[in-house]
Amino acid sequence: MAKRIDVSDLNIYYGNFLAVEGVNVSIEPRSITALIGPSGCGKSTFLRSINRMHEVLPGARVEGKIVMDGQDLYGADVDPVNVRRQIGMVFQRPNPFPTMSIYDNVAAGMRLNAKKMKKTDTDELVERSLRGANLWNEVKDRLDRPGSSLSGGQQQRLCIARAIAVEPDVLLMDEPCSALDPISTLAIEDLMTELKERFTIVIVTHNMQQAARVSEQTGFFNLNGVGQPGRLIEFNPTEKIFSNPDEKATEDYISGRFG
Amino acid sequence: MSQTVSPPRTDHPDLPGPVRTRRRLPRYAATGLYLAGLLLGAVLSALSGFNPALTVIYGVAIGTVAVYAASRAVEGTRKATDRLVTCIVVTAFGIAVVPLVWLSYTVLDRGLTRLDGTFFSNSMVGVVGEGGGAYHAIMGTLIITALAAVISVPIGLLTAIYLVEYGSGRLKRAITFFVDVMTGIPSIVAGLFAFALFTLLFGNDVRLGVMGAVALSVLMIPVVVRSSEEVLKLVPNELREASYALGVPKWRTVVKVVLPTAIAGLGTGVTLSIARVVGETAPLLVTVGLITSTNLNPFDGRMATLPVFAYYQLTQPGTATQAFLDRAWTAALVLIILVMALNVVARLISRFFAPQTGR
Repeated sequence: MAKRIDVSDLNIYYGNFLAVEGVNVSIEPRSITALIGPSGCGKSTFLRSINRMHEVLPGARVEGKIVMDGQDLYGADVDPVNVRRQIGMVFQRPNPFPTMSIYDNVAAGMRLNAKKMKKTDTDELVERSLRGANLWNEVKDRLDRPGSSLSGGQQQRLCIARAIAVEPDVLLMDEPCSALDPISTLAIEDLMTELKERFTIVIVTHNMQQAARVSEQTGFFNLNGVGQPGRLIEFNPTEKIFSNPDEKATEDYISGRFG
Repeated sequence: MSQTVSPPRTDHPDLPGPVRTRRRLPRYAATGLYLAGLLLGAVLSALSGFNPALTVIYGVAIGTVAVYAASRAVEGTRKATDRLVTCIVVTAFGIAVVPLVWLSYTVLDRGLTRLDGTFFSNSMVGVVGEGGGAYHAIMGTLIITALAAVISVPIGLLTAIYLVEYGSGRLKRAITFFVDVMTGIPSIVAGLFAFALFTLLFGNDVRLGVMGAVALSVLMIPVVVRSSEEVLKLVPNELREASYALGVPKWRTVVKVVLPTAIAGLGTGVTLSIARVVGETAPLLVTVGLITSTNLNPFDGRMATLPVFAYYQLTQPGTATQAFLDRAWTAALVLIILVMALNVVARLISRFFAPQTGR
């Protein structure tokens, strides 16, 4: 559980277009790392390359190394499917499977991978995951209802429950709160602080207060202009980034003097 | 309608307030004008001997012009244009519906005479005059269409999955292009293809139910591919990504996430494609032929099918002409009922299998 990720000299491409250039970063286990920066600077692209979701798109590819506990995730003998089993992901928009019930959504990781499990084990897994996502009390009486019957915030927590049900080592979150109201956002932020005891969490956010509230480390991405690759400008402890950043660009962005 | 905010107008002292209102035609004005137009049309057509069709055409034309003129005089240009376009839209709708209603009426009117138990229980063995039925033809149509579906649904569905989930580049474009070309193949060509294929394989004079099924498949596959492709494209990419992010391999994602999400649309598409080919006559005419007795084995000899049955009843009536014509109409009616039932089934499928979204 909870592994360390070292990224070195990572270039990310869409076809021939270099989207993100030269990222070097170490992500600590059992902590929350936030990635901030303007739209289109490659935060989400970088996040998606960590669990090899990036290459799902046609023509997308990656150069460089991402090492998780000594294993190169982009090694020749590594199956992306196995990488994704260890590095879970929560998306910007809640996306529960519409054909499945709440119960089946949480068990989806096991069911879809055709793991044989006893009914009692599955029940226990579903309850544990839903409790882990702070959703159990709200849905325990209607586990057979469709996942899409929940509110947006509940759906997002359902997606988190689904992600942690497969027991990943790392949890990636791509703007998990941007489609939610402040109360649901608070619920998910509380949840993240609980989850960091067990997982390494990387979160992309546009909300700088959120980054300041939840994260230990913060990375600031920026790009010089349209068509230029995005770069990791600064990576430091969150307190330092928000009080006394090393880079002028970071300070400008954080204080709103951007563009 | 006219809610343009403007200062009170001095030239309309009877209309106070900041919201400009305009005079409007009374609600029954348009209907009245059309009725008057119809009356005038009746008079006009009576000049050259009364004719109901001409009356309606005159009436609609006069009514439309009258409504436009009256509205323009009273309500202003914008409202008049609105009314004119409404008239044209309703007229177009009427023109589209007339043949449908007419056809349903004619088929019902003439087909109901023989819509009895005998029609569904007897074949045409030994029948030269009245009586007889289309049991053999109904069964033949069902068997051959089912066989065609068995051939084309897997091929069509898998092609659609390839195109949406796996295909890329030149091969995908080529397949899409040829599927489009296949959609436009005349049905007789499909029939001749199956005929030539089976003649090559089994020699001259071969007539099998399965030949008809192959011919129908040629027509059906492109329809299944196109409809399934559209439905699969509608499955949100987020669901695929959610599945990948759980460490689910691609093929499992397709089978367990994409297909169940799209199942309603796929079912509807398949049912409609069956409805599309169930009434095909030409390909069955050259491949399956017709017999008067019941043959339920599509791999052995000629079979009867409803469209071909109707065709022969119509074109080769014996001495009891009326009995043959009645059977042809009833066969047509049964065919329409069959297609209608398939459409209802398609509706039900899309309702019951659609992902539940309610709270």
